[in-house]
Amino acid sequence: MDAVFAAFPTYLSGFAVTLQLTAWSAAIAMALGLVVAALRVSPLRPFRFFAAAYVEVLRNMPLTLIFFFAVFVLPQFGVIPPLGFWTAVLCLSTYTSAFVAEAVRSGINSVGVGQAEAARAIGLTFGQTLGEVVLPQAVRTVVPPLINVFIALAKNTSVAAGFAVVELTAAGRRLSQGNPSDTILLLVGVVVFYLLITIPMGVIAGAVERKVAFSR
Amino acid sequence: MSQDRASGTQDALVVLERVNKHFGPLHVLRDVDLTVRRGEVVVVIGPSGSGKSTLCRTINRLEPIDSGRITIDGVPLPAEGKALARLRADVGMVFQSFNLFAHKTVLENVTLGPVKAKRASRKEAQEQAMALLERVGVANQAGKMPAQLSGGQQQRVAIARALAMRPKVMLFDEPTSALDPEMINEVLDVMTALAHEGMTMVVVTHEMGFARRAADRVVFMDGGLIVEEADPETFFTAPRSERAQDFLSKILTH
Repeated sequence: MDAVFAAFPTYLSGFAVTLQLTAWSAAIAMALGLVVAALRVSPLRPFRFFAAAYVEVLRNMPLTLIFFFAVFVLPQFGVIPPLGFWTAVLCLSTYTSAFVAEAVRSGINSVGVGQAEAARAIGLTFGQTLGEVVLPQAVRTVVPPLINVFIALAKNTSVAAGFAVVELTAAGRRLSQGNPSDTILLLVGVVVFYLLITIPMGVIAGAVERKVAFSR
Repeated sequence: MSQDRASGTQDALVVLERVNKHFGPLHVLRDVDLTVRRGEVVVVIGPSGSGKSTLCRTINRLEPIDSGRITIDGVPLPAEGKALARLRADVGMVFQSFNLFAHKTVLENVTLGPVKAKRASRKEAQEQAMALLERVGVANQAGKMPAQLSGGQQQRVAIARALAMRPKVMLFDEPTSALDPEMINEVLDVMTALAHEGMTMVVVTHEMGFARRAADRVVFMDGGLIVEEADPETFFTAPRSERAQDFLSKILTH
């Protein structure tokens, strides 16, 4: 048990990195995902096609492979992403954006088509129709699956451990290599720190869901 | 005022020329020609599946057409984009299922268009909206959500929402078909008043009483074709085509 308490500073620095990876990737994935979802329901066929291809490629590719691609393949084409934190954010956010786009799209589809038609009929542009009428009503159905996506993202950040980012999982591995006899306890400590991120996310989801409820 | 030389009709506001539309293998509009003059009230009737709703929806391009030409006030319907949004602002539409914005109050439903599409000030839009809600008789419901209103009230709000854009023409796509019988008249009364004030209207409906009372012209459709056009008196008393006679005998017997 002493090993676990002694490891506290190491945990904390790993936890901070994991938290930052999650926050940055979530924010960028959210923005990217919204754009992709909007393209996916655009009246213009090429946009819809591009968005569908984007989603299918990224969500069907293992995350580790996306990291390999960024770290080993991109440099062969002259693009050398700096190894470490920002490359991890890049990989995590593009990967997650595909799932965000799908969650948002299903929410958009849950809003009756008549709502968008009425918005277009009074002269709102496509963007205004989405922003003023469809998305505000989609929020309620989008929040639960979106939180699932972000909980998965929080755990997916552990893949960065394999690519020179010392986040929570990497910190735990280092600690257990230093104290092989306490491996189990040290890894349980890692789990507890992950829960510190994911459980509040679920709580926030519930609160948001209650707040945006309205009668149809 | 610009003259529409293409159609040769001086006061034509909405002109459809050889409009065709398919839904998969179904040919829903077949070479449809229709001209609606400024201030005219055209009622479109016909059996279900005759293409009358589709016809109505092509006029503001909620349904794109496969071939043909549609002009509004001399301007051909633009493709998707800002120009189309601007044109739609001039064409009011009232739907069968009301389609009020479920997350906005009655007042916000009416002000959204003017504020967002016409960049009117919020105060100005609210004053106009209250006047319109007064006119359709639901001003006392302004702060409520649409779901709290009856169907008839919702449809009257929808009419106010469309009028708030000061449209050149109003399209009504079966505006009373989803209403309980006791609420139909409150909506038809608003529409009749609008017709008498000189609004240009295209009304798809099954309400023959309204057609007789308010229409300048009745257009009868069947199988994607305009079969017959006449003033209401002529159409209801002496329909020329067999199909119109058949249709009228079915709906007017009871």
